[in-house]
Amino acid sequence: MNWTLFRRRLADRIALVCAALATAFGLFFLAWILWTTFANGAAAISPRLFTEMTPPPGADGGLLNAFYGSAVMIVLAIAIGTPIGLAAGTYLAEQGRHTRLASAVRFVNDILLSAPSIVLGLFIYELVVVPSGHFSGYAGSLALALILVPVVVRTSDEALRLVPDRMREAAFALGLPRWKVSLQVLYKAARSGVITGVLLGVARISGETAPLLFTALNNQFWSADMNAPLANVPVVIFQYAMSPYDQWHALAWAGALILTVFVLVLSLLVRLVARGRHS
Amino acid sequence: MSEMTSLAAPHDAAPVPTQEAGPAPAASPPASRAALPERLYGLATAGAAWLVLLILIAVTLSMALGGKLAFQTFGLGFVTSANWDVVNGQFGAFVPIYGTLVTSAIALVIAVPVSIGIALFLTDIAPVWSRQPIAVAIELLAAVPSIIYGMWGLFLFAPFMASHVEPWVNDTLGSLPLVGPLFAGPPIGIGMLTAGIVLGIMIVPFIASVARDVLNAVPAALRESAVALGATRWEILRHVSLPYTRSAIVGAIFLGLGRALGETMAVTFVLGNAHDLSASLLMPSNSIAAAIANEFTEADTELYRSSLIALAFLLFIVTFIVLSLAKLMLARMDRSLGRTH
Amino acid sequence: MITTDTRPHFGTDAAQGLAAAPIKIDVRHLDFHYGQTQALHGVNLAIPALAVTAIIGPSGCGKSTLLRTLNRIYALYPEQRAEGEILVDGHNILARGTDLADLRRRVGMVFQKPTPFASTIRANIGFALSFYEKLSKSELADRIEDALRQAALWDEVKDKLDQSALSLSGGQQQRLCIARTIAVRPEIVLFDEPTSALDPISTARIEELLQELRGRYTIVIVTHNMQQAARVSDKTAFFHLGELVEFDETSRIFTSPAVSRTQDYITGRYG
Repeated sequence: MNWTLFRRRLADRIALVCAALATAFGLFFLAWILWTTFANGAAAISPRLFTEMTPPPGADGGLLNAFYGSAVMIVLAIAIGTPIGLAAGTYLAEQGRHTRLASAVRFVNDILLSAPSIVLGLFIYELVVVPSGHFSGYAGSLALALILVPVVVRTSDEALRLVPDRMREAAFALGLPRWKVSLQVLYKAARSGVITGVLLGVARISGETAPLLFTALNNQFWSADMNAPLANVPVVIFQYAMSPYDQWHALAWAGALILTVFVLVLSLLVRLVARGRHS
Repeated sequence: MSEMTSLAAPHDAAPVPTQEAGPAPAASPPASRAALPERLYGLATAGAAWLVLLILIAVTLSMALGGKLAFQTFGLGFVTSANWDVVNGQFGAFVPIYGTLVTSAIALVIAVPVSIGIALFLTDIAPVWSRQPIAVAIELLAAVPSIIYGMWGLFLFAPFMASHVEPWVNDTLGSLPLVGPLFAGPPIGIGMLTAGIVLGIMIVPFIASVARDVLNAVPAALRESAVALGATRWEILRHVSLPYTRSAIVGAIFLGLGRALGETMAVTFVLGNAHDLSASLLMPSNSIAAAIANEFTEADTELYRSSLIALAFLLFIVTFIVLSLAKLMLARMDRSLGRTH
Repeated sequence: MITTDTRPHFGTDAAQGLAAAPIKIDVRHLDFHYGQTQALHGVNLAIPALAVTAIIGPSGCGKSTLLRTLNRIYALYPEQRAEGEILVDGHNILARGTDLADLRRRVGMVFQKPTPFASTIRANIGFALSFYEKLSKSELADRIEDALRQAALWDEVKDKLDQSALSLSGGQQQRLCIARTIAVRPEIVLFDEPTSALDPISTARIEELLQELRGRYTIVIVTHNMQQAARVSDKTAFFHLGELVEFDETSRIFTSPAVSRTQDYITGRYG
């Protein structure tokens, strides 16, 4: 065989093997991380997780207050972030589609999408916690909403732009005003896309820890007061994992497992919804 | 009739015609009933769009104001001094800045080849039926919360590094001239090398998914003509696909870099929160985000807090620049493919 | 005698016909631009009330463009603009200050492809209706039934009004769009190649429907199908390269056109 040809084939083989190894590398770490979480988490899961509060050092307990706090903050963040994100996405896809403002907003939004969440947390600290004088569930919700908004802006902009122009023409041809067209025709047509966006955003904010450190902080006890420090799963995991106590480690792993399952199921669900839309 | 690209409100129309009150055609009912909701709708949507811009400006300003005291007190020394002395109120942030840059660099060294390998595997090599599941699995790496990476890093990966990888690194690389000091030091598992690797794994899905999209977007004609010349898959990637998609791949890498710079929790777990400058990558260090996460709630003086916020300001500016570059590079690719975004 | 004059030709019978039937839409010196491209050149056309006027011509001749000026739907796109006058009942709808929502309510439009909204059959028809008029529940139901009957769809959908409109067949969807358009009681209905996406049976049903709507609405239909124009319309306008070539009684256009270009098109020499 020709030597050059052999060398070219060899280089090709090596490259293909390296590409396969790279993929194996990625999948290996995914498997390792998930396996670690499942193995350690499953060992620590018990019904008490859902019935008892976070314990003091060296004692047993559950994560009830943290689950509650996280759930309430996420729901409030959705309630704040979705309308804002949808409204801005509507501007980008509809009346502002080709304006300069829209290009600027798209640019900035994409940057906010990847901006360090800890800085956004500090921003809410300066904006809410400092003036009010204390950490609170409200501040935590706002920080999460700040992370949710860009996700919803992006996905609702894209979903609305996927609605064919003839749908808009048909609606406007009936003599309907813009708000009516958006509300009753475009949002309905883009519904699954918008829902996908919100779910994607929820998956993102459920695991966010950094922005909650200086906003919601944490609370060892049961509290439903949104105007006070509020327990939440990510910060509890952080504090317990960094502690020297075995019981706390176990609780951190249990929380980590539930958080991971929640986020992964949501992510896969989003993909199913998205695929259903494409077919 | 299909060349309508842009869409504006029915009311802000072309030069000649437009709306506003006026001699409405005969027998028309008053249109004012729709006017108020229409105005509210316009205000709400445009207002929300402005809000997105405003958020960016407000975050930048708020960090700048909060960090003003530190910048005024220490001047340039804030970034050049490695003396972070809480007790004496001296805050030189060189160590966290250095740690951020070094861990991000390590992350890129790992993530770039791995991501491009994955992208190549998913576009060219893997059996077609397996591409979608593998791509989803890789994307799940991005969905795993960073705190999970942190716990895994602290409890599993750092001990693994300490017992298996770092001793080997010590023995092989640690004695080399010039770069030796980077790899010398006690194999304790917690440090910049471990943090950089964890970061690298975290940003792989971001780079890989964009790289895969752009490789898929290489026009079939280009690839086919290379195949017709007898090029191998590697040669096509090297001489056709990568040059063609270069700006977008660089954009994807910058996107990953932006993520790596700002990542907080995973790094906080495995970096060790040390404020000592050390040449060795095996030694504990600090990063901007980790320093803020670890110390902000303990910052008891105005100057201490301001120093941490000043760090956040620097981080925000740097990630803004990096992410802007990423956007511009990706936009250039989109334009050359005739896509508008 | 067939002329080769480039000015549009208006049949003499047409002039008499116009004297008999009042003019509903009077297009005067209409130019239309898509950005830099001019799509219509100085079009003059008087469309009679309560008749069916067909617009024919090869693709790209500007026939759909003309239709899209009559309800100013083109104004959705900032780079498109019309100059000249279009008088509807004597009022220039291209004038500044025209209430577009009101105009479009009076001038309905049915599009090439069916455009059902992603909601129930009932909501598709009802929501524009209940937006314009304060109707009680039973009045609304009556109006929906009436519109569906007029669109010859009632018998097929009366038992599934609350099912998704997307579950209907293509032909049914198009009749639903017609029902939706006439439910708000427009004076003029524009049809933009309404059957080009449909099978022959659905096409026949829509054509029957056009016959039934004749006399109740002023209808303007754009079609690339000459037999269709011949079957459904009273008057026909032939467009070529953005110009109105000839406008006359349909029977005359298809039997003895006055302009050679019309003749060439009708006999299939281009198109």
